[in-house]
Amino acid sequence: MKLGKVVGRVVSTRKMACFEGLTLLLVQPVDQHLADSGPALVAWDTVKAGEGDLVFFESGKEAAQANPNGWFNPGDAAILGIVDSVNAAGAADTEGSP
Amino acid sequence: MIAGRVVANVVSTEKHPHYAGHKLLVVQPMDASGRPSGKVMLAVDGVQAGIGDLVLVVDEGGSARSVLGDGKAVTIRTAICGIIDRIDIGVDT
Repeated sequence: MKLGKVVGRVVSTRKMACFEGLTLLLVQPVDQHLADSGPALVAWDTVKAGEGDLVFFESGKEAAQANPNGWFNPGDAAILGIVDSVNAAGAADTEGSP
Repeated sequence: MIAGRVVANVVSTEKHPHYAGHKLLVVQPMDASGRPSGKVMLAVDGVQAGIGDLVLVVDEGGSARSVLGDGKAVTIRTAICGIIDRIDIGVDT
């Protein structure tokens, strides 16, 4: 799993059937201090996250398992939780979305 | 498995049912010298680790689920499976 910030919503009309009904969100991975870490990626949402939310997401086959339309799908990233706060050692608590 | 240090804990209320009741920690992987190396990862805690602990982490689904004793939690991939007391390097055994 990794931490990420939802930075946008991805709209796709022509897509595989296994993605029907799912919300695709653009996620910027971040570190424990919420600084950007690596390139953004597209993940589907399982927890009704929205733009600006701090989330945790999983990649690989574990993400595919979270697809309500069945596990046999080409998706490789899923948002699995909304983060309320990250409490880093030696730093003030970092709140998620306001 | 990798060795790393717990650098933060994560509070999440709204999450996938597989993660209910599990503590999430941020782990900074390290190199053989103990220096931070690579990007941080989130792991489900299986051994009651805390911030500052040096830990063993598995980043593979079946292993992680066995740590947590829940074979049906198929969306969980990363788990902390041990707390490291020390690492001896270059010591005659």
